[in-house]
Amino acid sequence: MKLFLVVMALMFSILGVSQECTFKFSGKVIDFHDRSVIVGATIYIQELEKYAVSDENGNFEISKLCTGTYTILFAHIGCENKEIKIDLKSDLKREVFLEHHIENLQNITITGEAPKQTKSGQETKISSETLEAYSSMSLGDALKEVTGVTSLSTGNTIVKPIINGMHSSRIIIMTNGVRLQDQDWGVEHAPNIDVNTAGAITVIKGSSALAYGGDAIAGVVSLKSQPFAKTDSLYGKTIISGQSNGRGGSVHTALAKTFKTGWFVAANGTLKRYGDFEAPDYNLTNTGLKSGAFSVQTGYNSFKQGFEVFYSYVDNEIGILRASHIGNINDLVNAINSQQPLVVNDFSYDINSPRQEIQHHLVKATAFKRLKGFGKIEVQYDYQNNQRFEYDVRIGDNRNNAAVDLNLQTHSILAELRKDSNLDRIYTFGLMGRYQNNFANPETGVRRLIPDYDKYDFGAFLTTEWKLIQGLIIDAGIRYDFNRIDAQKFYRTSRWTERGYNVDFADIVVDDLGTQLLTNPVFNYHNISASLGMSYDISTNQEWMANISMAKRAPNPSELFSDGLHHSAARIELGDLRIEQETSYRLSSTYIYSREKFKFMLELFFNHINDYVLIEPRGTEQTLRGAFPVWEYRQTNANLYGADITTNYNFYKGFNLINKTAFIKGYDLDANTALIDVPAIRTTNSVNYTNSEWNNFSSALTSELVFRQNEFPDNNFEQYIAARDEFVLVDVSTPPPAYHLLNWSNEIQFSLSPKTDLTLNLSVNNILNTNYRDYLNRLRYFADDLGRNIILQVKINY
Amino acid sequence: MMKTMKTIKFLTIVAIAGLTFNSCSSDDDAPVPVNEEEVITTVIASFTPQGGGTTVTLTSQDLDGDGPDAPIQAVSGPFVSGTVYNGSVQFLNELETPAEDITEEIEEEDDEHQVFFSVTGGVGTFAYTDSDADGNPLGLAFTFTTDDTAAVLNGIMTITLRHEPNKSAAGVSDGDITNAGGETDVEVSFDVTKN
Repeated sequence: MKLFLVVMALMFSILGVSQECTFKFSGKVIDFHDRSVIVGATIYIQELEKYAVSDENGNFEISKLCTGTYTILFAHIGCENKEIKIDLKSDLKREVFLEHHIENLQNITITGEAPKQTKSGQETKISSETLEAYSSMSLGDALKEVTGVTSLSTGNTIVKPIINGMHSSRIIIMTNGVRLQDQDWGVEHAPNIDVNTAGAITVIKGSSALAYGGDAIAGVVSLKSQPFAKTDSLYGKTIISGQSNGRGGSVHTALAKTFKTGWFVAANGTLKRYGDFEAPDYNLTNTGLKSGAFSVQTGYNSFKQGFEVFYSYVDNEIGILRASHIGNINDLVNAINSQQPLVVNDFSYDINSPRQEIQHHLVKATAFKRLKGFGKIEVQYDYQNNQRFEYDVRIGDNRNNAAVDLNLQTHSILAELRKDSNLDRIYTFGLMGRYQNNFANPETGVRRLIPDYDKYDFGAFLTTEWKLIQGLIIDAGIRYDFNRIDAQKFYRTSRWTERGYNVDFADIVVDDLGTQLLTNPVFNYHNISASLGMSYDISTNQEWMANISMAKRAPNPSELFSDGLHHSAARIELGDLRIEQETSYRLSSTYIYSREKFKFMLELFFNHINDYVLIEPRGTEQTLRGAFPVWEYRQTNANLYGADITTNYNFYKGFNLINKTAFIKGYDLDANTALIDVPAIRTTNSVNYTNSEWNNFSSALTSELVFRQNEFPDNNFEQYIAARDEFVLVDVSTPPPAYHLLNWSNEIQFSLSPKTDLTLNLSVNNILNTNYRDYLNRLRYFADDLGRNIILQVKINY
Repeated sequence: MMKTMKTIKFLTIVAIAGLTFNSCSSDDDAPVPVNEEEVITTVIASFTPQGGGTTVTLTSQDLDGDGPDAPIQAVSGPFVSGTVYNGSVQFLNELETPAEDITEEIEEEDDEHQVFFSVTGGVGTFAYTDSDADGNPLGLAFTFTTDDTAAVLNGIMTITLRHEPNKSAAGVSDGDITNAGGETDVEVSFDVTKN
């Protein structure tokens, strides 16, 4: 308790900056539900940027105030924020009730009161209320809420986020403090996360959040479960969704029990089932989805110490458009020319080949202790087991055998020391150790796409935050990472020679099996990352943040070792053992203007990357199956820059106009061309109407306009097509035309009892049933994207 | 409070155990090589003249499968004008010893496969002489009738094996690949000559 008082005293000492004003604003913060006092609530005077924290009896006091009108914000973890206006002419005492409810937690994050991961980075939070709308969809879909985040998809169920033009290994995905290790290198490998487990999601663009890792060149996506309040309470929610497209739905239930003593236990489960989805004109055969997710968590939290144990399991079975499985260039030409998928069957819930089956287990244990007069120490251990099966269209006895069978196991241990005894000079020091093993099962009868390997990582970082003057914060950090990968890979002797490895890597050959060589590549990488930034409050409603960061990323197993035919893409993909780390330099600037009725955010970035790793077509190779384009990883120097603009204008009572526009350009400096796979300009406009008197009715009409990407490298090639006896231009480069979608969403809330709310949501996506294809959907050669989709969602909070 | 301390202690032990486990779980066993099973390395098409004469054999062999080496092709000799040849085609995986005859698998799943033939320049015409369980052509047996003029002397002959073609699409049963769909398992082209 003494320590608590010390912290309290510190808090108050910050406040002691005003002049001869003498008034006092004091009171008590109380829980609306059980009338218990709320300890540690933040009381913040917006006009003065002064704050206090409620003590062990819920009491607070802010003294030395001048006469005037003030807006006071009351916030507490697990509670809905409350704003009151006071007219101060003398000492004033108030009792304030805060309400905690599972879905209201995000209110803290919306107003930006929860601590940010970085002070100067480009950070956006998605609230749990927004996430609930995506309950039946994927993480990649939900992240598109953030301006500048788009997606790289394979059909509509495999969706990966793209942050400012980059994806996969350049994005760190954190789930409850654990870095997700699920073979993220593959473009058709979507993150194995149930979006429902997240209480809120933070997206940090760029590599400034060094505590998570040094290699997040594109950014970090962090999912956090809801914090638990220290009260005796049992609460939960259930969301049931049904939709017309895919003729399926999802059920999600979350339950939490918290205790006054600080103990908590929570569980979470989701089931999803869809059949074939539909484009406006045809069925997308074999695009169904079967998904189950489950998580449990328990622990104890007090001010001084706490621990948590978390387990989550995700099981996905995902069908991949049957028409996208093709044989050779000839089939690809047919597919591109036909404008329609070549296989269209009647609607079915069956998931046949090609398909993916993935199971992901995650166990985490973490504990922290606060040290008197120093700060906080935290340790964490986590284990992940990712099992991936990919089933191809095969013949004979192998018909039901997986073509890819990879098991990835990861153990990590983390320790973090945070010195915050002086809140103006915060230091965080962390250490990370990780061991990873990948096992490629040889029983598939298909040569391994990714070899067996052991990987060792070690990282150490130091970050600091300095509050220089009121409203000006500087943050800085440095991180060192060591990566060692020790693989055992078979190469075809012909490939080994063709790549010139027989000259450069002759010493790593372990065994010569005639047509194949067993090799033992071992690579060590040393990476330094750093970040420096500032956050400055220009005035009460204007904020400016700037950051410069450097990051180094070691190549992933796919970039090093890929060597084989991808049936789904009809291409031979080749990695290169010579690939080195890439180094990113990113400069960002964020300007935020916020008034009650008008909010504007401009995020600018410039990113220069040395030795940027990319995959691009390079000629063709002839096999007995015919010719295949060869896609080869190479390195170049690249520039990516752009602007993300978010505007919210409350133009009339209850009516809001929201615009989100993302603009990005990417160039390959060595080849002097545009970069491949850079998202086109995208602008989303919506008109929202909310009326709290009509049962919290809200309605939103959203227009989504995606331009055509006019800047792309020309990787088209000519191919002799025997059936036609002529050379045909294979157009794999030209992006599809611009498209425009209209979506409509309506929501209404009913109170069934004082503690039970029922929310109904009816949405229609792609109202006009528009035919479209997206440049960053890998199946764009084969079929249109989704047609109209009517979604009905019922949500009960209790 | 004691309870919490114990838990923290326990977690620390778990964490350390995890780390120790890391350092000893690295196995040095060499992985088992994978020899691709359903790879077709070799296509042999034989043309035997009805009524006797020299058999023409076209062979395409690609022992490194999807590897960088292009298939090696051999044509045993020229075709003879105005001759009807009985044709057969065989698919092998020669990476296995003895070589695996993939033709048998194709016969077992005959409704899901079809072999297509084409030749440029009017060197000759093809006709199917076999059929699958549904009565549609399969294409492992066929006839090839060469042009009987001296005007045509050479062309490119292409043999294509399609998996899951749409056998009922227009022209497919006559050997026209245009509307067949499905995916290509084999596609080989040979430069052929005719006397």
